[in-house]
Amino acid sequence: MQRAGLALTFAVLTLSLTSLAFSEQANKKNVDGKWETEDGSPTYHIAEDGTVDWYTYSGFRRYHSECHVCHGPDGEGSTYAPGLVQSLKTMSYEDFLLVVASGREVMRADKQSVMPALGDNHNVMCYIDDIFVYLKARADGVLPRGRPAKRADKPQAARDHEKSCLGEN
Amino acid sequence: MHKIALASAWLAVIAFAIPAKANDSVLQETAKPEQWALQTGDYANQRYSKLDQINRDNVKDLKVAWSFSTGVLRGHEGSPLVIGDIMYVHTPFPNIVYALDLNEDGRIIWKYEPKQDPSVIPVMCCDTVYRGVAYADNTIYLHQADTTLVALDAKTGEVKWKVVNGDPGKGETNTATVLPVKDKVIVGISGAEFGVRGHITAYDAKTGNRVWRAYSIGPDDEILFDPEKTMSLGKPVGKDSSLKTWNGDQWKIGGGTTWGWFSYDPETNLVYYGTGNPSTWNPVQRAGPDGKPIDHKWTMSIIARDVDTGVAKWAYQMTPFDEWDYDGVNEMILVDIPVKGQTRKALVHFDRNGLAYTLDRVTGELLVADKFDPTINWTTGVVMDKNDPRYGRPLVVPEKSTFLNGEDVDTKNICPAALGTKDQQPAAFSPRTNLFYVPTNHVCMNYEPFRVSYTAGQPYVGATLSMFPTPNSHGGMGNFIAWDAGEGKIVWSKPEKFSVWSGALATAGGVVFYGTLEGYLKAIDEKDGKELFKFKTPSGIIGNVMTYSHKGKQYVAVLSGVGGWAGIGLAAGLTNPTEGLGAVGGYAGLRDYTALGGTLTVFTLP
Repeated sequence: MQRAGLALTFAVLTLSLTSLAFSEQANKKNVDGKWETEDGSPTYHIAEDGTVDWYTYSGFRRYHSECHVCHGPDGEGSTYAPGLVQSLKTMSYEDFLLVVASGREVMRADKQSVMPALGDNHNVMCYIDDIFVYLKARADGVLPRGRPAKRADKPQAARDHEKSCLGEN
Repeated sequence: MHKIALASAWLAVIAFAIPAKANDSVLQETAKPEQWALQTGDYANQRYSKLDQINRDNVKDLKVAWSFSTGVLRGHEGSPLVIGDIMYVHTPFPNIVYALDLNEDGRIIWKYEPKQDPSVIPVMCCDTVYRGVAYADNTIYLHQADTTLVALDAKTGEVKWKVVNGDPGKGETNTATVLPVKDKVIVGISGAEFGVRGHITAYDAKTGNRVWRAYSIGPDDEILFDPEKTMSLGKPVGKDSSLKTWNGDQWKIGGGTTWGWFSYDPETNLVYYGTGNPSTWNPVQRAGPDGKPIDHKWTMSIIARDVDTGVAKWAYQMTPFDEWDYDGVNEMILVDIPVKGQTRKALVHFDRNGLAYTLDRVTGELLVADKFDPTINWTTGVVMDKNDPRYGRPLVVPEKSTFLNGEDVDTKNICPAALGTKDQQPAAFSPRTNLFYVPTNHVCMNYEPFRVSYTAGQPYVGATLSMFPTPNSHGGMGNFIAWDAGEGKIVWSKPEKFSVWSGALATAGGVVFYGTLEGYLKAIDEKDGKELFKFKTPSGIIGNVMTYSHKGKQYVAVLSGVGGWAGIGLAAGLTNPTEGLGAVGGYAGLRDYTALGGTLTVFTLP
């Protein structure tokens, strides 16, 4: 009985989480080609024909340049570092920013792993929202492994942000 | 002809004037077949043992004699050494060294664990691997991840001296073993993905004082190239041979790191090694002032240096203007073999770019350059006509040029992938068959370069790549092959499910050994590759197989402990884009076969 009760609670919890994710998707808005949730966190947008928004696509590229040499292809994890597809199921946008910018260190007898602080790395921080929304789409199970086949064009806002962030002409 | 005769006469004079004596200790210790006294087996990097107690008939009876947990979970490359009654076992970061007593089933005689700043961990590109310690004159040389070189008393583990070779704050790290030669220790450096400018350095073996340093790229007096005397493809390299092949100051963060193996020939008094990729991975950002490809010498090159002075005798660049991350650091195997009918003092090298090179190791003359995986498609081959202005250069297939296709374009189906047809996992040579036994990868990729900015100590990559098993082949990601380096031909090829990321061992028993990523130690027949024995060790094998003899009994040993580039790239399995968007599961992930954990397994006959 106890077990059944527990399972039921778990099922309800899962259900509410799922509907939460669903409503989050339903209530997002498009700001100059960049999608946001109600609370202002960046998020992905995948059209019915599979076309991903620019930032999700850009996140795919930046992830596979900056992150995959430790975290494995498609956020799947490796023998060296955890799979971010799992981590992003529970990690908030704010926590993600914090860990990427300031790093994280685990030093135990059975495990020594170090996430570097990437706060001053322009190749990461100028595209941090892109990487987040890509991984979020992967974590939510709506984006399969591999390169997104179709993408939206690069919005002017993305070009402007890139220029000012990288400090290039 | 006259010039060559003159040059060799001059060489002979030099050879007489400075007697070419290698470190007596290393020569003596590696000459004893009962020992494994150098990571590479011997100075020639042949990885061949004269032991023959384990042979093709009885190898099927091999049993585990004893095993040893290293206490470390990360990827375990390299192998133990055996000197006398002591076995020396190393680990990945934190780079522990154990001295084990072979008279007491591996009782720990001493253990050395350095204190290192863990901030070095994330600046190591692809796992905290370490390819093992070296031994000379009762000294164990440990080169730590943080580039500290430590000399330990081989009997007690006491520190004799320490010296720091690089700055991890700039992404300079170490994964390679060192080579003791004469009164020196030759040391390399890693970190091209962080824009590190590569070099090799000779330290005094007794004191740790720096004797010389030779950069891979930069001004002549820093790369130790003599414009008139250093040769490439039969001609002097000339003034500024490196500088004039770079755009502006890009060379200062230009890569060319030296994280592979070193070999040495006491006759030529030359140390041989290869240099890594130019940084960044985006070739468009490295183009010349006119926007055209430019060579980036001497990245991606084989270099032969005088061990006393560090001055280069010859160099040969295999992949000018790299567009695919085909580091040239793999081992240089020194053998005297017939090449197209004539016995030559050869150097044989299996490059990441998929070509196997045979050169004259005295002069650097290019003798053979052929594909050691027939599916290699980025080049049609190397120009071998000495009168052709393109002599010695690979001809690039335009559709596979990530430079021609340009930034933000995904160049598809390039074979091999960035991890190469072969990475650092060393091949073996058997003088019984005159064949090379080569662990290979059978993986292709899509590669998309884009613009990146440089920050010291941060990754400097600039490309997105996705890898997949070679299409229209056997579906596996590796082969173990036998190669005839005189003719440039594959003799036989044995398919493997995963890349073969373990160093091979050839023996006088006619048995060749290697490990697999699932964790099997395999023994095969030197003649035809027929599998004679296999045993599944506790974790995937990226270490190198070694053998030794103790109290008249032959043993075979290997470190297992999955990780490294292989563990990162293959853990989750690869997707095959030719099977449509996001096809997953067609190829098994390594994580379905094995988990982390460093163990030494020692085998013998009952």
